[in-house]
Order: sequence, then structure tokens, then C-alpha cells
Amino acid sequence: MTRILIDPVACDAYGYCAELLPEAITVDEWGYPIADGEPLPAELVDAARRAARDCPRRAIIVQELRAGA
Amino acid sequence: MPNATDTMPGARTYGLLGYPADLATHAGRVGPLPLPARADRDWGGALIAALEASGLTGRGGAGFPAAIKATAARGKGRGGTIVVNAMEGEPASDKDALLMIRAPHLILDGAQLLAAVSGARSVVVCVPEGRDHVAAAAARAVAERTAARWAPVVETVVRPPDRFVAGEESALVGWIEGGQSLPAFRPDKSVPLRIGRKGALVHNAETLAHVAVIARGGPEAFRSRGLPEDPGTSLVTLSGAVSQPGVVEVDRGTPLIDIVSRATPLGPPQALLVGGYAGAWVAPEHFSTPYASLSLRAIGATAGVGVVVVLGHEACGISETARLAHYLAGQSAGQCGPCVYGLPAIADDLARLAAGHVDPGLPARLDRRLSEVEGRGACRHPDGAVSVVRSALRVFATDVHVHSRGTPCVSWDRPTQLRFPAPPVQVAS
Amino acid sequence: MSSTSLWYATRATGLVSLILFTATMVLGITTTTRSRTRNWPGFAHQELHRRVSMMAVVFLALHVLTSVLDTYVHIGWAAVVVPFASSYGRFWVGVGAIALDLMIAVLVTSLLRSRMRPGTWRAVHWLAYLSWPVALAHTFGMGTDAGEHWVVALGVACVAAVLTALVWRLSVASRQRAARLAHASVGVVPPTHLVLTAPNRRSHRA
Repeated sequence: MTRILIDPVACDAYGYCAELLPEAITVDEWGYPIADGEPLPAELVDAARRAARDCPRRAIIVQELRAGA
Repeated sequence: MPNATDTMPGARTYGLLGYPADLATHAGRVGPLPLPARADRDWGGALIAALEASGLTGRGGAGFPAAIKATAARGKGRGGTIVVNAMEGEPASDKDALLMIRAPHLILDGAQLLAAVSGARSVVVCVPEGRDHVAAAAARAVAERTAARWAPVVETVVRPPDRFVAGEESALVGWIEGGQSLPAFRPDKSVPLRIGRKGALVHNAETLAHVAVIARGGPEAFRSRGLPEDPGTSLVTLSGAVSQPGVVEVDRGTPLIDIVSRATPLGPPQALLVGGYAGAWVAPEHFSTPYASLSLRAIGATAGVGVVVVLGHEACGISETARLAHYLAGQSAGQCGPCVYGLPAIADDLARLAAGHVDPGLPARLDRRLSEVEGRGACRHPDGAVSVVRSALRVFATDVHVHSRGTPCVSWDRPTQLRFPAPPVQVAS
Repeated sequence: MSSTSLWYATRATGLVSLILFTATMVLGITTTTRSRTRNWPGFAHQELHRRVSMMAVVFLALHVLTSVLDTYVHIGWAAVVVPFASSYGRFWVGVGAIALDLMIAVLVTSLLRSRMRPGTWRAVHWLAYLSWPVALAHTFGMGTDAGEHWVVALGVACVAAVLTALVWRLSVASRQRAARLAHASVGVVPPTHLVLTAPNRRSHRA
């Protein structure tokens, strides 16, 4: 189980994550990303890691959840 | 200083108010700190067991069980710090200030007891800039204790900035460590706070006072008041359209309207603001709700920081909430986009509503903004603003309806019934 | 490999790495402009910056390698990272070593970015602003091809590119700041005891 967390302090509304992962991340009226924190479908995990690498502020955290945790 | 009333007549078994302010009288009344010569694990375990049996929960807003917090700090607090949170950033709250002036030794004793449990080597008392009389009382008490060699762990008083979010746990610890009063992003709250390499345990001043009384008197006295599921007493600051504002000590579970009656409202309240400026409005149909966690949660409120504000009939809840929203927007730490931009936008929508601007898109836009801002900050500040605004739209629905048709608020130009600390900041246009 | 080939290789890889580092600088400087078009998404800017910087590092490594392996003049391995330790062309090779040292710091911190505080990473990354002009000085100070017109033109173009990027970044930043403040001062004029607050965005970032 993998999910995305956004560090709101680091985030500076570049929006690259929403470009790479539109299925899981949308953007509010001021350009800041909204992630629902739900587990990602397996096919989106690579895009999520790419979003984490590309974020200029390193505000995207790809979190591995242990089942039952 | 507002008037403060004593504990309810006849309730002599447990209370915080009524303790002496000076060390000599305090020592005469309650005896020395109940610390053994060496605070070993058995002693620590016994104190935690007493806290657990008492059912004490935090009185600083989070309501977390004190026993669990103390247990968690036990392994990780060695050589660390107990932080006494007397920041009280809530403008409508005076209870921690009052307690620090009237019974500082209770608060500090509680800190010393928790320091012994966790192995902390330092107690840091935080009183914000500007509250010099409170800081002076704390400093006086610390000096008395140092001179009398009353307590094993060194106690110091520090003065963080006086801002709403400065009392947030991670902001407070961050300021002590490095001078920046900014809440931290903590996705995993079980990771303990640190000052340097050592653990830091933050507790509200009132909670520590309860710890001190329970440690000496045992958990039964605490349980003799309040409810089985929410025991003991709480300090509550009453203000608004009342003739006797001040701090009262109440049994948990007391109906809201009974608590409010002790401040003598000027008339039947139109609504009550419970929990603080980032709390929730309560409508008359719920005035008999017991002041306890579960009962309040059922009506969308929490005890919060121990504040109940009475809204009189001449006031408009929407205008007052617009002022609250502007205040909260201005108190943002400025770190997270949704809070920095979302709160002023929400406040602006409320101001337009109160001013009677006809804007058919406003209700949907405001609702969307509230949903989007919630939960997207590093701390709970935007969530509190969302809570108070949402509850206002529900409780004052009739006013919302009237204003959205174009009738401006009659109390728009009247002085507010709420208190705000600083003069308003002019917008840069 | 003959000394002459190595010498040509050193000069060529030197110039190519200068061009690539200039491109890296331009891409890095203009990240904050958040430029994006329909066919060129924002993340592409970031990925290009990283890829170009890696190519630049490769060519820089080749430049260092060929210059040390060339036996015609002696530049020992030590002189690569220790400034002014070379017997040949002591001063300008030393300047090159300084630029290289700074670039190594930038490279290492970027590879280990997740293990340090963001502020630390950022502070070291800004050493690039120092490394690049020092590299430029090394290029022209060494003198080997500095007399050629096309090389001079190249140098001028590199400086122009970086300066343009800086001007663009600063102008976009000031426009962004104004837009942020404007967000809160919207239409409604409230009574004096109820005023709108501007977002207090702490600018603790560049």
C-alpha cells in the first residue's frame, strides 16, 4: 500500500505533482495541490515517485503503508 | 484582570482554585513534593497508574489522556525537558494566566512530578511577551522554589512571541530550540518532539496543576467530581454579553447554560461560542448539553481551551464570525498556502455576506473553500477557522438567508462583543 | 592516445562543459518562474535541469581526466582539487580547481539531498552561483583558445544567457509577490474595526 503525503510547509505551489499525477492530485484555486491520502493504485506508484523526485521543494512524500498498520 | 470566582460552594473535595500563591503557605497546606529520594521506575509507574485511574485528560485543547502521554515520554524523555505551556494564545481565555498568578506552585509541582517520571532535567515555563504580570508571578514562584531548594529539576521562565499559533506544541518547542515560532509538519505524531537531541514533553499549565493535586490526594478526589466518562474539574473563561466575566472552575459534565449563568448573562443568549475563537457556535436548542468531550462532540463542538463566549441578542453571529475569521486569518503562521490564502478568502466571503452583498455564487464558493482548506495545514489552525465558520453558517442560518438577499447586517457598525488583542491591521491596497 | 589528441580533447570537453553548465544555470535560475506551456509541462523544466547538469558533470570529468593524462604538461591529480598545486599554469588551473571543488559540493549534496535539512541543501546549491563564474574565468584565463573570435562570442553568449535568466526570474518574482498581496485586498470595504488582513507569507525562501 503506497500513498502520497504533501508537506504543506515545504510546498510552494509549483504544481509539477499535479501534472504528473492528475488522477490522484488536484490543485486548489491558489495552485496548491490536494491529495486525498488514499492508497494509490499500483500503476500510479511510478508516477508518484517521479513527482517526489521532480518537486523543487521536496514536498511530496511517497509513504509505504504496512497492511493493518 | 477579570473577576474570578471560587469553586462551587459545598464542593470541598477537589479543586484548583483556592490554593495559595506563595511557597510557604503552599508547603504548609500540602506538604513537600511527593518525590522519593530516588525516583525509580516503580514510583514512576505508580504515578502513571494514579493518572490513569483519575482519567485526567489534557486541558490545553487536545484532550489527550495524561497517563498515555506520560507513559510515552518515559522511554524517550531521559535528560530532556518538560515544557509548561502557559501561552494561552486564545484571546478569550484567562484561565492559565489566572492559575499562574494564583497557584503557580501547583503548576510547577506538576511539571516536577512529570520530570521525575520521564527523567527530564529541565522545566521550561513559557509565558508570552506582553503578559509581564503573569511572567513576574512565574518568576517569583521559581525564585522562591530555588531559594528553598524545593525542587530537584531546574526551572526557567521564557518569553516566546504572543501569537495565536505560538502555543502550538511543535511551534513552542521549535522556538525554545532555535528561535523560530513556527508549527512543524508532523505526519507521524507519535515521533516525540525534541529540543536538541533530547525529548521534550509539552503540557498545558492547568493540566500540570491537576497532576500535582492528583499525585498528592489520589485519583478518587478527582473522580469525585465530573462524570465517570469525563471526570474532574475544568477552568472555563466566560465572556461576551455577561455582567460578570471571569474564570470559573466547573465539574466536567455541567450543562453549558449552568456554566454560563455564573457569569450572569445580560439576557437570554442568542448563541454560545464554545472552545475558543477556533471552536464552534452552539444554538439555544443545545444549551443544556453537558460540558464533556463526547456530549460536545455530538453537537459539533469541543471543550477546546476552556472558553465560553455569550452572544447577546443585539449582535449578529455572522458579523462576529466575520471578525473571528479575519482575526484567525491574520494569525496564520504564514507557512502553508491553503491557510495563507484560504483563510483571508473565507474571511472576505463572510464580510461580503455580512455587508449584504448579493453574490449568488457565494454559498457554494464558501463551502468549497471550507472543504478545501480543512486538514491541509501543518497545524490545526485552519481547521479551527473552518470549524467556527461552518458552525456559524449552521447556527445562524436565518441570518445567512437574510444577508444573502441583500440586507446588510445591522450590527455591522456596532462594537464587537468579542475581545481582540491588537488593533486591526490596515490592508495594503 | 597521443598528447595532441588529449590536448584537443581537454579543450573541447572544457568548452562543452562550460556550455552545458551555462544551460544548467539558466534552467536552475528560471525554475521559480514556473514557466509551462501546453506542450511543455512544468516538471519537464525540472527534469531537463537535472539531465543537463548530469551531462555537464560527465564532460567535466572527461575534461579533468584528459588534462591529467596528458603528459605534455604536468598537472597532477592533486592539482585537480587542490587549488594552485599544479606546476603548469599554476594560477588558472588553480582557479579551475576551485570551480571544481564548488561543483563537487553541489553534486554531492544533491545526491544526498534527502539526508540533510532543506536549508543546508539550498545553501550549498547556491554555491553554483559562485562556481559558474569561476569556471568561466578559468576558461578564459587558461588562454588556450581565448583569442579565437568564436570562443569569445561563446563566452559572451553564456554570460548574456545567465544575465537574461536572472533578470527574468527577478521580474517574475516581483509580479508574483504583488499578485499574492492582491489576493486579500478584494472589493468589500468594511467598517474601521473590521479590516481585511493581507496574507502574511513569510518569505524565508529565495
